[in-house]
Amino acid sequence: MTVSTTRTVTLPPGLVIAPQLPDLLRPVKIRRGVLGFLRGHPTVAIGSALLLCLVLVAIFAPYLGTVDPTALAPAKRTRAPSADFWFGTDMLGRDIYSRVLYGTRVSLTVGLSVAVLASLAGLAVGLVSGFVRWADGILMRFIDGLMSIPPILLAVALMALTRGSVGNVILAITVAEIPRVTRLVRGVVLSLREQPYVDAATASGTRTPMIIMRHILPNTLAPMLVQATYICASAMIVESILSFIGAGTPPTIPSWGNIMAEGRALWQVKPFIVFFPAAFLSVTVLAVNLLGDGLRDALDPRMAKSL
Amino acid sequence: MALLEVENLQTHFRTPDGINRAVDGVSFQVDEGETLAIVGESGCGKSVTSMSLMRLIPEPPGRIAGAVRFQGRDLLQLSEREMRAVRGNDVSMIFQEPMSSLNPVLTVGRQIGETLRMHQGLDKQAAELRAVEMLNLVGIPEPARRVREYPHQLSGGMRQRVMIAMALACNPKLLIADEPTTALDVTIQAQILQLMLDLKRRVGAAIVLITHDLGVVAEIAERVMVMYAGRKVEEAPVARLFRSPRHPYTQGLLGAVPKLGSSLTGAARRLTEIPGQVPSLKKAIEGCAFAGRCALATDLCRQVAPGLEVKGPGHIAACHYAAKEAAAA
Amino acid sequence: MSAPLLQVNDLKKHFPVRSGLFGRRSGSVYAVDGVSFEVDRGETLSLVGESGCGKSTVGRAILRLFDITSGQVVLDGQRIDDLSPGGLRAMRRRVQVVFQDPFSSLNPRMRVRDILAEPIRNFSLAKSSADLEMRVAALMDTVRLPRDALNRRPHEFSGGQRQRIGIARALAAEPDLIVCDEAVSALDVSVKAQIVNLLQDLQQQFGLALLFISHDLAIVEHMTHRVAVMYLGRIVEMAPRQKIFTAPGHPYTKALLSAVPEPGAARNPIILKGDVPSPINPPKGCRFNTRCPFVFDRCKAEEPQLRSAGDGQWVACHLEALPEAPGSAG
Repeated sequence: MTVSTTRTVTLPPGLVIAPQLPDLLRPVKIRRGVLGFLRGHPTVAIGSALLLCLVLVAIFAPYLGTVDPTALAPAKRTRAPSADFWFGTDMLGRDIYSRVLYGTRVSLTVGLSVAVLASLAGLAVGLVSGFVRWADGILMRFIDGLMSIPPILLAVALMALTRGSVGNVILAITVAEIPRVTRLVRGVVLSLREQPYVDAATASGTRTPMIIMRHILPNTLAPMLVQATYICASAMIVESILSFIGAGTPPTIPSWGNIMAEGRALWQVKPFIVFFPAAFLSVTVLAVNLLGDGLRDALDPRMAKSL
Repeated sequence: MALLEVENLQTHFRTPDGINRAVDGVSFQVDEGETLAIVGESGCGKSVTSMSLMRLIPEPPGRIAGAVRFQGRDLLQLSEREMRAVRGNDVSMIFQEPMSSLNPVLTVGRQIGETLRMHQGLDKQAAELRAVEMLNLVGIPEPARRVREYPHQLSGGMRQRVMIAMALACNPKLLIADEPTTALDVTIQAQILQLMLDLKRRVGAAIVLITHDLGVVAEIAERVMVMYAGRKVEEAPVARLFRSPRHPYTQGLLGAVPKLGSSLTGAARRLTEIPGQVPSLKKAIEGCAFAGRCALATDLCRQVAPGLEVKGPGHIAACHYAAKEAAAA
Repeated sequence: MSAPLLQVNDLKKHFPVRSGLFGRRSGSVYAVDGVSFEVDRGETLSLVGESGCGKSTVGRAILRLFDITSGQVVLDGQRIDDLSPGGLRAMRRRVQVVFQDPFSSLNPRMRVRDILAEPIRNFSLAKSSADLEMRVAALMDTVRLPRDALNRRPHEFSGGQRQRIGIARALAAEPDLIVCDEAVSALDVSVKAQIVNLLQDLQQQFGLALLFISHDLAIVEHMTHRVAVMYLGRIVEMAPRQKIFTAPGHPYTKALLSAVPEPGAARNPIILKGDVPSPINPPKGCRFNTRCPFVFDRCKAEEPQLRSAGDGQWVACHLEALPEAPGSAG
């Protein structure tokens, strides 16, 4: 604050004026709108930018200088990366660049679908168990049981029961992820039910379904959104693992796990076969996790701590 | 020389929606063995002031400026290492929430002993003996057994006693008590206040008491300083402040608190309201910070911030108009 | 004179304490253990006591936020403790609540307009959407908030303003009784005065009865008609305002009053020993016997009942029953 104030009053003699003190910090630029939000939360910005690129890659894979990812070319097996084959070729001569780009589709599809499906299912179960006391005991013991099996083993077991297809992979991973969401939603619902505004709504005659819709549900969305990003990341990893051990996406569809599985035998001599899909997987998971961390910090900080 | 001299203390914070000038130019001093109360409503900067004295403000996002001279040494100039030797030793602090300020996984004795071993170099046995002695001092029954208990085994009042024991363990010269009784029930608060009065006489430490409760102030402090919007608006000896407050804000505060015995006066009196809200500290305040809520405010107040003026013996206030009353009186 | 607006008879609320793997009930918290009182139309009855004495539980029981363990809650001649959810809904309109914390008592995601419209819609009080709009606007005037604030969300308001919204929501249902559960305790001194004055004005204006739950005795004295002092789930004393503040009968009331620090008053507080015992295992006999300065044998054996001490004052203390009650510090 400088002394540039325009005084319209005359100072009476002997007036005691407070000393002028300096500002200790540079003024803050207040940022508004979506761009302002992104500048204030760089992790969200980086995460969503990376993710947006990957989504574009998945959608426009055919137009990004790729060839048919399943086209065999025995003559051109295990070529190192070059101008013709950017990421090299695998042991059947297929173009790894094309396969990795098409693989993005599988990973993102699985990640997003599992995140959405597991969140919806978990939300439903969590709401029931948070509101219906007798169902709570039964559901929670069942969920406890489900949680005692490592998610990957559970997914492997489920996949063993069915034919390998992307749809089945999604279902298997979803089942394995539901307990996490359920636990979260139940916890949030139980704490929201204790909120005075829910009591006030009850006292003002609001019926239970309306209380859930108006007072509980909207306030569970923020923590669920954050949880969904973590589930998305973990689903993509589980999908790769399943495919890697041959229990996931069928080998006819290029997925990062499949590519890595096929390159495994040649890992020591032709590391690039494994390297590129692994790098894409890491970057994708990183992007989703960055987005999740950023959202957690940006959304209600009190809620975030319960995650 | 005063024990503690604070000069033009400023503590600002950087927040996403502006600079928060939580404390903006506060000066005061505390003599040896004296109790100074800092009162004000939430957001007036009283707690931030106490944290700044101990340098417990994270920098960034905070920034402290001015001088905090303790026994002539400016605490703001010390290195973090030197500061650690001061905290809990020469200057110690009692917080509002005894539960969250005690470590739940260590016994009470361990926590009191820790300070002693760190600052006074006592060995384990000596530290525990002293811990028992301290618990005895703060009136905890069966101190030899309690010293081995964990915080959750104690009631709220007991925990606050433990906090006080911990704060006094190293014979500090200055004790900063931030709302020490706010979280307690009235009858427990009465116990703790009596303990503090008693200890004041026996231990002789100077106390800076932060509180919003004017009743508590009357109970233990000798001098009061009233803060509003990060600034000091009035300071006076306790009895004088309650008898003849000068600043309109202080007058408003005193009028807004109902007093016990109101039923004796018969007719229901309306409480004095201070209209409006505390101004945002995130915008630079021009003129007097209280002008927007003050019945006496004029253009002069809105444009020129009043400085602290002497209104009587040991009595200062920052108001352009209270000055005239004082001159007339 | 007609029947009281609210009658509470021998109200008990025991919360189960569960432990072990299967959550077996291993005991009870005797939060409220046999409380009776009445509130007349337009009257303020204050429930005072320290934390854990059960005063908030009484308020929530009257609001039927949970089922009570035993006893009766009678509103305007009709029992509401055993109503079915359908029958209860109609009665709910008549008893509303204002909570302590102005931050958690409003749904952060709703606009003020929707917060205020909720009870009006629930009880079908508005004839048309124009009527609804008019009522919501009128409520804002009543609690002295600007009408243009209707489209904002709670976080844009200060604590005092939020409390005004909370009061407006309670008024929206056009109740006969408002339970103020520590409604001004969390507010700053200067704002507290504003809200206390507002509540008093509204009581006059609408003839509201208030059940004012508070631990702040000075505020209670300022605005109440009668006071009930609670200790460990029981009422230990009940009396009209002037009586309780000038001639308290129960040793606990005396200690409570003397413990309030007061600017500019020379005091000699009665310092009670120790802490409030746990409501899971309350003391036998008089519940206050562990801390009472005047305790004698009978207090440990027999629980004193509320006895009339004249002028509407009721005291539950064996001392009061003695021929010459000690004229103690008070």
